[in-house]
Amino acid sequence: MSIVINDTVAMRVAPYRLSGTVYGTLLNHRSALAELGEAASQAPYKALPKAPVLYVKPRNTIAAPGAAVVVPQDSPELEIGGCVGLVIGRPACRLSPQEALQALAGFVIVNDISVPHTSFYRPSIRFKARDGFCPIGPHVTPRADVSDPDALTTRIFVDGVLQQTTSTADLIRPIATLLSDVTEFMTLFPGDVLAVGVARPVPRARAGQTVTVEVTGLGRLDNRLVEATP
Amino acid sequence: MRSARVAYAGAVHTAVPLPPAAGGTPLRLADGRVVREDQVVWLPPFEVGTVIALGLNYAEHAKELAFNAQEEPLVFLKGPSTLLGHRGFTRRPDGVRFMHYECELAVVIGASARNVSRAHALEHVAGYCVANDYAIRDYLENWYRPNLRVKNRDGATVLGPYLVDAEDVPDPGNLALRTFVNGKQTQQGNTRDMITDIPALIEYLSSFMTLSPGDVILTGTPDGVVNVDCGDTVVCEIEGIGSLYNTIVADGVFGR
Repeated sequence: MSIVINDTVAMRVAPYRLSGTVYGTLLNHRSALAELGEAASQAPYKALPKAPVLYVKPRNTIAAPGAAVVVPQDSPELEIGGCVGLVIGRPACRLSPQEALQALAGFVIVNDISVPHTSFYRPSIRFKARDGFCPIGPHVTPRADVSDPDALTTRIFVDGVLQQTTSTADLIRPIATLLSDVTEFMTLFPGDVLAVGVARPVPRARAGQTVTVEVTGLGRLDNRLVEATP
Repeated sequence: MRSARVAYAGAVHTAVPLPPAAGGTPLRLADGRVVREDQVVWLPPFEVGTVIALGLNYAEHAKELAFNAQEEPLVFLKGPSTLLGHRGFTRRPDGVRFMHYECELAVVIGASARNVSRAHALEHVAGYCVANDYAIRDYLENWYRPNLRVKNRDGATVLGPYLVDAEDVPDPGNLALRTFVNGKQTQQGNTRDMITDIPALIEYLSSFMTLSPGDVILTGTPDGVVNVDCGDTVVCEIEGIGSLYNTIVADGVFGR
């Protein structure tokens, strides 16, 4: 069974009611850390990440499949950070890696859109928290329907042209480890979404283009980028 | 008016304080019952939406942390699992060296705000409460500072005790803040010393994100943050808003 998400029912369709809380994971794809190279160990970072580094995509960012995403006037290109989202199914606190997957209701595609920024030290939230910057959908695929969550292929298209192909096999923290390490210090609640981390370099798109994130077995998520109206 | 959300006798209630009496401040529940403040479980005093927090928004605190000038307010976001009510218990992991409170004025949004100018910003505020925004510095990493392991721990963002209606706070830009650890004052400041004041914060945030009722802005803390240990009682107090109690407890309380 899968649940269609749209503007009006996204948050309240049992049993996969999304809470509206979405977390992203920074630098959890090998390609993202590799892109930084030695800089990741130098100032201002000084050391590679130890614990999971998370950020919040607040409720104003959540957008439906097909929704128009407004490109801000001061940033003609946006990063299209398509990745897999874990949908929590029961309160998840201090999960062991062995039991972690059992806490999931399922999986959903997340398009973690950002204004491009080069520093990950203390970036402004206006790069990631703008209205509509987190399309989610098209539905939650139940956990039982995904045979190996650590082998999901994500493809990102701009105007139908393939820009990036990545796999959850290349996560630094595989899904069970990520859930275990995150829930050591914060509880995830049913309907929360934890995006596992985008690969880099991230495809970019402009107003007028259609962006698509496709994950094997999870469907595809299309959104249009549009100009800001003055 | 000031209102609390409390759990009592099997249900969650809205409650208002009555004049203080011997043994504390009685609360009157919406259904008419009058109860003692220590008979209830205090919850955050409103349905909390997006939690927006400010780093280094007081000049002296910024200096204390050796921080230089800022181009725009230093904002980070928090999730719901970190929220805690008045008189709650916050866990201090065994072995950490520096866990500190942060007494902050919390600004609660009451009306949707998008591209709101400074002049109209306060029209979008429902009210105010006290926040204690704990941090554990041991876990600070230099990625997306401050990382959530420092600032978004379960039960480490205390809100309350009351939501005080905006109309009862004529000048939120001139309120004294104080923190007491085991009865001894350790922190003091005044909201007039914010680097970015409340109207400017609402103008800034609403320029790129829609603020909705229940969203809350934790406006930063002045200098005077010190380490707290298990067993400490921490009281964050803001003039005209309230006194927010919290107790630090050890891993053992949480079965760790």
